[in-house]
Amino acid sequence: MQKVYHQIDHIAGNVITVRADGVKYRDLAQVTSRHTTSLAQVIRLQDDSVSLQVFAGGRGVSTDARVRFLGRSMQVPYSEALLGRIFTGGAVPRDKGPQITENLIDIGGPSVNPAKRIIPRNMVRTGIPMIDVFNTLVESQKLPVFARAGEPYNPLLARIALQAEVDVIVLGGMGLKHDDYLYFRDTLESSGALSHTVMFVHTAADPVVECLLVPDISLAVAEKFALEGKRVLVLLTDMTNFADAMKEIAITMEQIPSNRGYPGDLYSQLAARYEKAVDFEGAGSITILAATTMPGDDVTHPVPDNTGYITEGQFYLRNGRIEPFGSLSRLKQQVNGKTRDDHRTIMNTLIQLYSGYRETVEKQSMGFRMGEWDNKLLKYGKRFEAEMMDLSVNIPLEQALDLGWEILADCFDAIETGIQSDLLEQFWPK
Amino acid sequence: MSNSTGRVKGVNGNMLTVEFEGAVSQNEVAYVSEGENRLMCEVIRLRGRRADLQVFEDTTGIQIDDEVEFTGELLSVELGPGLLTQVFDGLQNPLPQLAEQCGFFLQRGTYLDALPRDTKWKFTPKVKQGDELTAGETVGIVPEGIFEHAIMVPFNLPGQAKIKSVVEEGDYTVSDTVAVLENDDGAETEVKLMQRWPVKVPIRAYDERLRPAEPLVTRIRIVDTFFPVARGGTYCIPGPFGAGKTVLQQITSRYADVDIVIVAACGERAGEVVETLREFPELTDPRTGKSLMDRTVIICNTSSMPVAAREASVYTAVTVAEYYRQMGLNVLLLADSTSRWAQALREVSGRLEEIPGEEAFPAYLESVIASFYERGGLVSLKDGRKGSITIGGTVSPAGGNFDEPVTQATLKVVGAFHGLSRARSDARRYPAIDPLDSWSKYVSVVDDESVKAAHALLRRGSEIGQMMKVVGEEGTSIEDFVTFLKAEYLDAVYLQQDAFDAVDGATAAERQQHVFAVMLAIMNAGLKFKSRDEARRFFHELTQVTRDWNRAPMDEDKFKELEDKIKGRITENENNAKSLSSD
Repeated sequence: MQKVYHQIDHIAGNVITVRADGVKYRDLAQVTSRHTTSLAQVIRLQDDSVSLQVFAGGRGVSTDARVRFLGRSMQVPYSEALLGRIFTGGAVPRDKGPQITENLIDIGGPSVNPAKRIIPRNMVRTGIPMIDVFNTLVESQKLPVFARAGEPYNPLLARIALQAEVDVIVLGGMGLKHDDYLYFRDTLESSGALSHTVMFVHTAADPVVECLLVPDISLAVAEKFALEGKRVLVLLTDMTNFADAMKEIAITMEQIPSNRGYPGDLYSQLAARYEKAVDFEGAGSITILAATTMPGDDVTHPVPDNTGYITEGQFYLRNGRIEPFGSLSRLKQQVNGKTRDDHRTIMNTLIQLYSGYRETVEKQSMGFRMGEWDNKLLKYGKRFEAEMMDLSVNIPLEQALDLGWEILADCFDAIETGIQSDLLEQFWPK
Repeated sequence: MSNSTGRVKGVNGNMLTVEFEGAVSQNEVAYVSEGENRLMCEVIRLRGRRADLQVFEDTTGIQIDDEVEFTGELLSVELGPGLLTQVFDGLQNPLPQLAEQCGFFLQRGTYLDALPRDTKWKFTPKVKQGDELTAGETVGIVPEGIFEHAIMVPFNLPGQAKIKSVVEEGDYTVSDTVAVLENDDGAETEVKLMQRWPVKVPIRAYDERLRPAEPLVTRIRIVDTFFPVARGGTYCIPGPFGAGKTVLQQITSRYADVDIVIVAACGERAGEVVETLREFPELTDPRTGKSLMDRTVIICNTSSMPVAAREASVYTAVTVAEYYRQMGLNVLLLADSTSRWAQALREVSGRLEEIPGEEAFPAYLESVIASFYERGGLVSLKDGRKGSITIGGTVSPAGGNFDEPVTQATLKVVGAFHGLSRARSDARRYPAIDPLDSWSKYVSVVDDESVKAAHALLRRGSEIGQMMKVVGEEGTSIEDFVTFLKAEYLDAVYLQQDAFDAVDGATAAERQQHVFAVMLAIMNAGLKFKSRDEARRFFHELTQVTRDWNRAPMDEDKFKELEDKIKGRITENENNAKSLSSD
């Protein structure tokens, strides 16, 4: 029998304090007032007063609200029936389907024993040359997409989701514009990928506390699928909104802020989520791709900065293209030696020449005279940008490598590329 | 003495407020009951009848009036044979055994013995009845891998004591008593193969601390020649993400000329620990020919593991290091990253609602960092042998800005600073240690004057490079241009090192001396060129040849051939220059 409490002491922002006993840390409660009903979670116990974070927000909660403790912490249903479904951050159906209540699992579970991890070894093919050729995505990698607001990071995530060879896609949306949410839904639906996708979407209009739950719920479900041998791709967008939600709650709780108002444990909180990326020996894997918008296009902002220290590389999205400089996949060495003999060489040569092109463009804009070599680079750079960097290009890795050779042969003499002779003999188009 | 108990009166994150009965000491370990689980915690503040405890685990499910038992002991580690080759978490739980018991995940409330209780070790006594001993002196030895592991008198033994009895040579487990000591008052102390020691208290059972004088060769040229580390010294590696801190640490852990390496992976990516874990057993130690794992202990508390244990992990690591130093061994402790540890302090401080210092780090941050690095050092033991702990810590400054509190607090107490720069790593100039910003107070493997000259050249080269960006090559005199090219050449072939090449990746001290002498000769050579293009071409080719030279093993003919080729080019140019000026 669960007791119901009526006496609420404080209401500040989304946090209410009630006098109660027999309550466990992180338990859930149902808060019912005249206007609203919402779940709430215990975030502090002090003697007989219990502070709860109300998922739907503090607005409309009255001092005589009924608080009923459920005697369990936050859980999410898990079954195959989740596939094809869309939920809110509180795991309530957002589509018109039925509520799933079977097989509840805890969220925010313990971390994986490092002794049980294995060195990642499988490439995830995306059909995007800037990823496949230059910064290969690896199964179990955690990788953010750093972008300014307004860059097409959501379409990029959607495309990777559609093309990656994975068994299950889990999409966690945080503070998504409603349009973006519909975009994800329609894109996945029209391609048929929705049938192996679960979506947990918190839109910008939803209560901020629900935003905090999205990564944990998404990753808890992903973990279960992975343990059953599925290769899972988790898309989180946008992690900066998640960090801002944490900031909001921390300030409400009168915690001492550390850097630009963010709580001191920002790094640990982000790491706890990103570190869920794993390749289970003898079971499936979790790969995490997360959009992180950079306020003011500033990579030293606390959210992208802390993220960079946690993740295994980053993709910079700039002017609608994945920037070849600065973008990095720390795990690419694990896989790009095994794809094709010319992969690493093509990767390095194309980038070096492209960097030469950038310098030439700079010189050109300063009015210097263009030499023969400069003109070759200019021709090369234009083709490279149009045929490799453009995000609409969609070709498998091998074809992209062939294209690389083709562009090189079109623009340069073999000797000018600095490629070792045995590879030239084998691959240089005749 | 019966231990105190208490009851939970508040929960906030990983912080508990507990009302207790009896006596409780600061930093004492306690266990809180959460259902079936007993979760480990540490007392971090006492106020009246209430204590604040930080829990080393997730606190979900704890409720008011849950029972707390105090143990009366400080947070301690087990020290004894069997530490080497192990992988522990921050509280010294062996992770592989934990995996056997709990599977993929780290279940909270599971604590295992750090040292296996059933392994028998062959003990050989080195003392006899009646011998007088003090704390830290050797009672006997057991073989542990490639080392003679000394079994020592407990470090907390006050004054002197006589050996009352000692066992025969034979096989014993870590919990067997091998000797009994008796002091003048008749108080007895048992000596076992294993002893326990509180992690936050330095082991001081040595004779005296000495000044570090001898270089610790890491086989990284820019470190050994330009910014050396001493045995028993301390150094730090701050750098933005992606600049190669962890790779630098991994290379150091492979090649450093020490007996034992302790890797403290503190709050960093689990994947990096996994690489060490899976690769070290396969790699051979260049000094002994055995597996690298044989000389390694890994303490890992990765970023997603509980924060309070992250703070404990660096102390656990340094205590294990002190234990091996006490045997007269040279120990290298690599902590990656100390910023994560400082952040753990910040989280705790925030929960205690202490008045924050800069960037919300606690005001005592500096003294905590200082006392950690001060646990390193070179010591002479009571029997005259020497032992050392060298501490190298990475720092992950927010936004890559070295002006932040952790970097600054660290710089005050270390003897060498290897600052990594984003500009160098973006230009793929690895290792990305900035040659103009970094410094070291220790002695180099080559002589001081030469290093100074090289420094001056690098600085001048960088100045000319800056100037050239404004006035263009045409506005730079050909002499300055050659100086610039010399500096770039030194950078390309000496400072930069290809970590993936078997030969270039690790340069022994004598090779560094040999190569650096050649570099010095080139720096001082009076090279003359007709045009800037000719000069550029000359150095371009010289760089190619020197890089090949770097890849040639020193004992092969190729090494000599390439060296002659380099010297030949220089002499040729100098001769031409002479004939030009005599014309």
